[in-house]
Amino acid sequence: MAEMIRTENLIFDYDKRDEEGNKIGSFRALDEVNIEVEKGQFIAVLGHNGSGKSTFAKHINALLFPTGGTIFVGGYDTKEDAHFWDVRKSAGMVFQNPDNQIIGTVVEEDVGFGPENLGVPTEEIWKRVEESLKAVGMLEYRQQSPNKLSGGQKQRVAIAGVVAMEPQCIVLDEPTAMLDPVGRGEVLAAALKLRQEKGVTVILITHYMDEVVDADKLFVMSEGKVVLEGTPKEVFSRVEDMQKYCLDVPQATLLAHELKEAGLKVPAGILKKEELVEALCKLK
Amino acid sequence: MIRDITIGQYYPARSILHRLDPRVKLVCTFLYLISLFLFKSIPGYVVATIFLVSIIKLSKVPFSYIMKGLRPILMLLMITVIFNLFLTREGDVLFSKWIFTVTAGGLRNAVYMAVRLIYLILGSSLMTFTTTPNELTDGIEKLFKPLQKIKLPVHEMAMIMSIALRFIPILLEETDKIMKAQIARGADLESGNIIQKAKAMVPVLVPLFISAFRRASDLAMAMEARCYHGGEGRTKMKPLRYKKRDYLAYGVMIFYVTAVFFIGRYVPFKIWIF
Repeated sequence: MAEMIRTENLIFDYDKRDEEGNKIGSFRALDEVNIEVEKGQFIAVLGHNGSGKSTFAKHINALLFPTGGTIFVGGYDTKEDAHFWDVRKSAGMVFQNPDNQIIGTVVEEDVGFGPENLGVPTEEIWKRVEESLKAVGMLEYRQQSPNKLSGGQKQRVAIAGVVAMEPQCIVLDEPTAMLDPVGRGEVLAAALKLRQEKGVTVILITHYMDEVVDADKLFVMSEGKVVLEGTPKEVFSRVEDMQKYCLDVPQATLLAHELKEAGLKVPAGILKKEELVEALCKLK
Repeated sequence: MIRDITIGQYYPARSILHRLDPRVKLVCTFLYLISLFLFKSIPGYVVATIFLVSIIKLSKVPFSYIMKGLRPILMLLMITVIFNLFLTREGDVLFSKWIFTVTAGGLRNAVYMAVRLIYLILGSSLMTFTTTPNELTDGIEKLFKPLQKIKLPVHEMAMIMSIALRFIPILLEETDKIMKAQIARGADLESGNIIQKAKAMVPVLVPLFISAFRRASDLAMAMEARCYHGGEGRTKMKPLRYKKRDYLAYGVMIFYVTAVFFIGRYVPFKIWIF
């Protein structure tokens, strides 16, 4: 499979400044990160607050540029000016706060904002807006004001706005952090449906463990470093390691782990309730 | 309470007014505002009232909804009325007590000014009710495009406006939330004189400003992430093209302005002092 994103020793330093704006030091937000993502994959990046996961996400969209090392998005080095817009076009981004990323005052106008910026012809914009709203299940709200939508619906509109730009990859930067469980489910389902139907690469940045059990690959970040990587099964079977990085594991995994500690013969790497039930039934 | 402010909010409906080209609505609103100051007589007001009421009916925006837009200017309205009423010395004295004197001219000015202000707000809020801010921005951008030749950042200004309009309801909601949060912590926003009340607003305004800046920075990033790079090379989802109904609207407007001008000036009709 083709490569979507590749980083080579990616480093990013935030400047620390005093009150007059003089640089007094720096804080390393990303420390030699090496990540490879293939096209069409569902990738999740986990980490507690301040682990550098959002900083990493902003590099994919060329919103931040590496202090050291390189990041290739869709084959382009984000630091090259010539391919700057190609990078932004190939990687769309959905942010945490739904209110702060909707520009239009009517749903369809907001979805059209991206294609307008790309210089897409008018008829094509309409087609794309309709398709992307349909893809996230928000077509019936196209004439509505975003202020009247629920959080989950707003986030789906934001996803549609990104999809309308036809990116190869969508980066969701904690898209569900401000939503209730229902909204969280809606947003996640919409993103994964896109991956299935359009083959879009989905990169989900989150700290909700239950959202990532279906991912192809997980990266766990802590203090700017990638500390664990692998399939959800591999990562979550290391319960102690996860707890060391201040992260939970899915409830079922935790229960399985405790049972194993207590002496029951439960296999490692259980992710879902159903799997646990099955494993427990086999015990006798 | 604070959510009742309706100025600058779009009211979705399917009416001919909603479908008009925003340029038409902008120019017509401007003409309408000027027209309100062209006359000073009852017949003029009758024509203006008929025009306004029929436009509101055409817009399919509920009348009570439009009236809500008046609430925020109530204070301004009262001040205008009081100043006009007591400070104009013109014509017969109708009423006099202590330092207060009301003259016929004063009463007339006060009433006319109040009606004008109300009509002004109703007319202009009707425009924002029937036009989405994006359309409005497009309209302004296209109307003022010639000014780009003298290096005026027309696109940028239009963009700023549309974003400001989009965030009005969000910031209002936020103000409400912050006020409640501060009240819950024992802040007293209601009692005291005007100066005390203004001082009490500081703990509301500071967090509001901080949050507004944070939102602005988030929004800028979101816009950049969606490849926004100014007006150059941008296409339009809803490009503006004049249609038949737009020319018709211009015609109606010109007719109204002429009518109100001549009827308001040259039709002699007087009731009492008006």
